[in-house]
Amino acid sequence: MSEEIRTGVYTCHCGSNIAATVDVKAVAEYAAKLPNVVVSRDYKYMCSDPGQDLIKQDIREHKLNRIVVASCSPHLHEHTFRTALAKGGLNEFLFQMVNIREQDSWVHLDKPAATVKAMDLVRAAVCRVALHKPLTKGSVPIRADVLVVGGGIAGIHAALTLANAGKKVYLVEREPTIGGHMAKFDKTFPTLDCAACILTPKMSSVRAHPNITLWSYSEVTQVDGYVGNFKVTVTRKPRYIMEDLCVGCLECIEACVYKEGKFVDEFNMGLSKRKPIYIPFPQAIPQVPVIDPETCIDFKTGKCKKSCVDACGERHAINLKMKETTEIIDVGTIILSTGFQVFDAHRSPEYGYGVYPNVYTALEIERLVNASGPTSGEVVLRDGKRPKSVAIIHCVGSRDEKNNRWCSRVCCMYSLKLAHLLKEHTDAEIFNFYIDIRTPGKGFEEFYQKLRNEGVHFIRGKVAEVTDWAFDPSEEGKLVIRVEDTLLGFARRIPVDMVVLATGLEPHADAQEVRRRFNLTCSSEGFFLERHPKLAPVSTFTDGVFLAGACQSPKDIPDTVAQAGAAAAEALALIDAGHVEIEPNTAFVLEEDCSGCRTCIPMCPFSAITFSEETKLASINQALCKGCGTCVASCPSGSIVQNLYDDEEIFAEIEGVLSNA
Amino acid sequence: MSKPKVAFYWCASCGGCEETVLDLAEAVLDVVKAVDIVFWPVAMDFKESDVQAMEDGSIAVAFINGAICNSHQRHMAELLRRKAQTVVAFGACAQLGGIPGLANMNHHKDLVEAIYGSDAPQEIWKSNGYELTLPRFADKVQALDRVIAVEYYVPGCPPTPKITQQALDALLGGSPPPKGTVLAPDQALCEDCPRRETRPEKLLIKEFKRPHEIVADQEKCLLAQGLLCLGPETRSGCEAPCIKGNMPCTGCFGPTSRVRDFGAKALSAVASLADSNEELDIERILAPIADPVGTFYRYSLPTSLAGGKFTK
Amino acid sequence: MPEAVEPKILAIFCNWCTYLAADLAGTSRIKYPANIRVVRVMCSGRVDPQFVMDAFAKGADGVLIGGCHPGDCHYQEGNYKCLRRFELLRRMVKEMGIEDERFRLEWISASEGDRLRTVVTDMVEKIRPLGPRQTLTEVTQ
Repeated sequence: MSEEIRTGVYTCHCGSNIAATVDVKAVAEYAAKLPNVVVSRDYKYMCSDPGQDLIKQDIREHKLNRIVVASCSPHLHEHTFRTALAKGGLNEFLFQMVNIREQDSWVHLDKPAATVKAMDLVRAAVCRVALHKPLTKGSVPIRADVLVVGGGIAGIHAALTLANAGKKVYLVEREPTIGGHMAKFDKTFPTLDCAACILTPKMSSVRAHPNITLWSYSEVTQVDGYVGNFKVTVTRKPRYIMEDLCVGCLECIEACVYKEGKFVDEFNMGLSKRKPIYIPFPQAIPQVPVIDPETCIDFKTGKCKKSCVDACGERHAINLKMKETTEIIDVGTIILSTGFQVFDAHRSPEYGYGVYPNVYTALEIERLVNASGPTSGEVVLRDGKRPKSVAIIHCVGSRDEKNNRWCSRVCCMYSLKLAHLLKEHTDAEIFNFYIDIRTPGKGFEEFYQKLRNEGVHFIRGKVAEVTDWAFDPSEEGKLVIRVEDTLLGFARRIPVDMVVLATGLEPHADAQEVRRRFNLTCSSEGFFLERHPKLAPVSTFTDGVFLAGACQSPKDIPDTVAQAGAAAAEALALIDAGHVEIEPNTAFVLEEDCSGCRTCIPMCPFSAITFSEETKLASINQALCKGCGTCVASCPSGSIVQNLYDDEEIFAEIEGVLSNA
Repeated sequence: MSKPKVAFYWCASCGGCEETVLDLAEAVLDVVKAVDIVFWPVAMDFKESDVQAMEDGSIAVAFINGAICNSHQRHMAELLRRKAQTVVAFGACAQLGGIPGLANMNHHKDLVEAIYGSDAPQEIWKSNGYELTLPRFADKVQALDRVIAVEYYVPGCPPTPKITQQALDALLGGSPPPKGTVLAPDQALCEDCPRRETRPEKLLIKEFKRPHEIVADQEKCLLAQGLLCLGPETRSGCEAPCIKGNMPCTGCFGPTSRVRDFGAKALSAVASLADSNEELDIERILAPIADPVGTFYRYSLPTSLAGGKFTK
Repeated sequence: MPEAVEPKILAIFCNWCTYLAADLAGTSRIKYPANIRVVRVMCSGRVDPQFVMDAFAKGADGVLIGGCHPGDCHYQEGNYKCLRRFELLRRMVKEMGIEDERFRLEWISASEGDRLRTVVTDMVEKIRPLGPRQTLTEVTQ
């Protein structure tokens, strides 16, 4: 005997978010007349405790066995209401949510049309929910091991947090050392702590931590599986020095046939030279040199006397025949902390980067002011002279319609920091050219005031051009900043010795590839998209994959570290729960009906469907099925059904939405 | 005790379904022994007036084949409905609308004009002092159950003698199946296909072919040879005579009970097999399916979700 | 003259890209015509052509399928299966008298709230002048 369907419909005002555009009362009155509807209410905030209590109470008092809530997106509160059903003693899947906020009240201006739309959608849900069946959530165990991709401050902090909690962590970094951009900084704003002093101890902890496996000079090349059970392939590039045998004495570097560095030193932004065998910087982790086959004589000609090998001697740590290797690991959760790349200043040719030698990027200045940098902290121009005047141009590649439209968030503050450091190192006159000064952080505004008191000039105006075309003798031999000073209201020419471009942050060039590898989405500017901007800022739409740091959006070190901690906490929450609940929306074969035609088998990208030679039927492995429903739509005889998205349920929804009752 | 009375009637059909009854061969004698055939225009000399004279409900089973496309067919169907306890939609046309149902891709007036030109017969037809009233075309072709209530369906174009025999046995036996049943198995034809073993586990198709374009291998799955075989979509029960004759299934037994629209579902399954992810390449692979409506709705257009062509 | 009826478009959106784009359009307060009604499925690969035929038969003036861009499917390649069916289905639907403008497959990613607006607005504008359409069934009744 089939049960009597008793449906409760709840239409939410969401304050005025919905009620301002949709006549909520009319929708509720309309819903009350729909078939099977026993209770129909409207309420200010359905997601609030009293709102949820309303549902629980009605389930009891009116013996409701189906619930429809018309409110916001199911991506926001489906879980909330399902939980309310469960607490009210009803199977949580006897529920359908209607999105009348994101997809109705917020996108339409025409109130009657938005109200009719809400009614249509509610009607569809009422039709559909009648066919819902009680379901049980699946559960998969979570492996405790975690993969952290990217060894900047975000990855380091996340890895240490997890390792300290006793979890085994694989930290994969594509450069020869961890440390990321932060390792290149001299001081950090606004406190002016020495970046190395706060970063390098953490880097050492990573190396020393028994729970962390650090794979530098390595990249994740493949990710299979799903939350709790990811199978990850890591490709380890050959560094030609065996990490387990090297003791970090660096004698090989000393012994190289090149007595001086001859090749561009990437770590110092090309401001110094390195040898073919090198270590990026003295505190690099791991403390293992790397040989660059592009510049090493032995790789190029095979005719080097290999003095490095001799220097290594008995340790035999150098292996010039080393090959790329792959490691395959099983992890339960993944934290992506792949960071950002700096905007290439060549793309704003009006500022003369690459044309005028004394135009620098901010990161180059970070190296110049750094005591362990190429000039040991001496700020000098390319000709060795000390600059007497410096221009810092803000928003290079940021807030720029021609390049990146977003604000990179850190440039104002690091420009202020560099202004301070440059003044400290050179006592030069410093000009900041800005669009707006943005100092929304703890101690930021105070730092800005401090700089003003230090006598740093601030000129509001987007710089039009940096030129060496002198109009008068005072400009001879200088770089002239052409700018409209929008506070004074006229165009100015300001000659300076040095120009610093505050280049913005942007997604890595290969962010799209990485995104696909990890099955993520990017937001429109190309940073990885979080699951919810406010409520799930470190989660992604792929369960078990979390984000930390600037790969999600530009952010400063404190925010990055906070986010890394949050990502680690999210991973820990999954791990310590021991298992994760999965939606029961899998597909399965109706064995009595399947004709064994095999149409479904190539439809499944997860190889979840197999053909049994014994029964001559298809069957779907419930653990492998991800619930996309592609096989269901392809089954020629309608012999595959999908929970929550059954044909009949979708037909009912379509009929409901289209029948103008 | 008198034998149960049985009637056979044809509407818009080709006569193939009638042949099936004859194809029962010797077994037809057993049928005649078991029942009284009271009406069978194709084979026996009874008139409509004989049926009119019968008591309502006095016929045990009326087997009606053919779709309904004019007023006379509707009238006869309604008459037999009154006189019979059980009505069986016999064959693809009665069950699904059948080949005549493809007329629903056009307006009937256009069809008449296309066939007769300006010389189209009028409803009242006069010749040599005689006057004849011709049946009026319905606006569209319909399956039997859209005109009268139907208890059972026997699929096929035509139904095979074997399932016809089985239907007779089932209906005249002691415990008839539940009403609304299609009197054939509810799995697809692959279940019964002699070539089933030869279909590769992961079959994707790089090129669809039409039967006249290749000499098909006699043993191998026809779909695997690129021929558009609708066996996976089509209800079994026919014992695959077409495939045994090296021709692909065209779907005359219609969909299983779990499919609402044979054509759309068949299209879905077939198109999914196109072995490409590139738009233009997919188009190229599917191009040999020149007439999707005729291919996928060959037997079922009137009972498809749309019922026929959409008009303004 | 009959009153101009606003076209009603049935949209079937995948959970991970286009449905999220529609949510993003909401949180961004992007405005578009209220003519669409969204049915959510997990993947555009779930879209059975029967749903499309049913929608047209039940009076939808247009059907819009939304999925992830090629290469971006949350389930790797469900959107390709959708594309394969769409290629054949749009021919069949056209043969059955449905104008091209009424049946569309669009790839709209989760970040393309603005594109969702463009597509919906464009579709509504193109369908409106076509006027209402009927099924043959309705003509007869």
